[in-house]
Amino acid sequence: MSKLITMKEAAELFKDNMTVMSGGFMGVGAPEKLVTAILDSNVQDITLISSDTALEDTGVGPLIANNRVKKVIASHIGTNPMTGKKMIAGELDVELVPQGTLAERVHAGGAGLGGVLTPTGVGTVVEEGKETLEIDGAKYLIEKPLRADIAILKAYKADKAGNLVFHQSARNFNPVMALAADLVIVEVEELVEIGDLDPDTVVTPGVLVDKVLA
Amino acid sequence: MTTLKTAKEVIAERVAKEMSNGDLVNLGIGLPTMVPNYLPEGIDVILQSENGFVGLGPVKSEVSKDLVNAGGQPTGINHSGAFFDSLLSFALIRGGHVDVTVLGGLEVDRHGNLANWIIPGKMVPGMGGAMDLVTGAKKVIVAMEHCSKKGAAKILNECNLPLTGKGVVDLIVTELAVFRVTDDGFVLEELQDGANIEMVKEKTEATFTISSNLKIKQFS
Repeated sequence: MSKLITMKEAAELFKDNMTVMSGGFMGVGAPEKLVTAILDSNVQDITLISSDTALEDTGVGPLIANNRVKKVIASHIGTNPMTGKKMIAGELDVELVPQGTLAERVHAGGAGLGGVLTPTGVGTVVEEGKETLEIDGAKYLIEKPLRADIAILKAYKADKAGNLVFHQSARNFNPVMALAADLVIVEVEELVEIGDLDPDTVVTPGVLVDKVLA
Repeated sequence: MTTLKTAKEVIAERVAKEMSNGDLVNLGIGLPTMVPNYLPEGIDVILQSENGFVGLGPVKSEVSKDLVNAGGQPTGINHSGAFFDSLLSFALIRGGHVDVTVLGGLEVDRHGNLANWIIPGKMVPGMGGAMDLVTGAKKVIVAMEHCSKKGAAKILNECNLPLTGKGVVDLIVTELAVFRVTDDGFVLEELQDGANIEMVKEKTEATFTISSNLKIKQFS
């Protein structure tokens, strides 16, 4: 069965109230075509998991500006003033998570782990409301796994089996998010034939990828 | 003739002296990025960028849309550099593989607490990677101007703002002084050029002791 889908088919996969996680760091390595597909789909009340909310007009930023998101789980929202404005106005729920903790929570969600023990955030507001554990004299926060209904990712190259290769710092959260969603959709700069990628250079195996935007 | 250095240049120059050859270093946005300009002869460090690589360097020939630093600005990578994903990047940070991190600060207190990520009601950008960095890096240096723009003390007995990390700061470098954080509070280790103890006391809310080896920097 072909993994290739069109923009129209991609747009139909999104539903109201879904949790969507997106690769990208300040818009770099973010799937902007798939963001457009979400905008085209008219879905509302998304819970968005992403490193940051990029700029107003890059990466996942337009999802915020166009009122598609009810909750953001991210490490940084400062470069997209719309996120802060909507948060202060009470229109958007924001959960700020340390970036390394975000990566590990997504990993836990995709790796079948019940959570993560991390020292990051101990003694700060991040600790509030969380269980802690002391192991060999050191205190750790118990951070819960994160999963999504759909992960939207960006790769440099994919073959038609969904094997992914990334470019420079555009890799960021994309590989770990490929583990942690029920449906994984990838947008690529170059689609190649099966056999064109050296298996040694593949970063994310195609078995994790459900759909590739043609 | 010597041109007068700005406060930021004085701070960056002093922080650079804390680096050892071969250190893996993460620099925060702003002032900390000036530190490599002042590395002493024979000291080379490897810069880590938390969005997923080591070997951060100046942009070479062409700007790449896929290569930015942690502030989202175009950057370059050295020949010995390597790219990886966010999971590995923060394993490097949290796992103690980063030797030194240099960050700005809004407040630091005598327990080594650092506040630099939020001013409730005013500025809520998020902590990004800062909480992981101060937790995991072997040495945490706060590089900041001694007082706020309004002249308020930033080196305090107790932080007022929400913390980035508890008991994490090793060293504070300002344009006036260098403080080491110890179990017994702040120790004034150095006076920068033109500073004296009275001046530092006046601009520092926290109590501190004075090192028996207090260094006084001469005009260089």
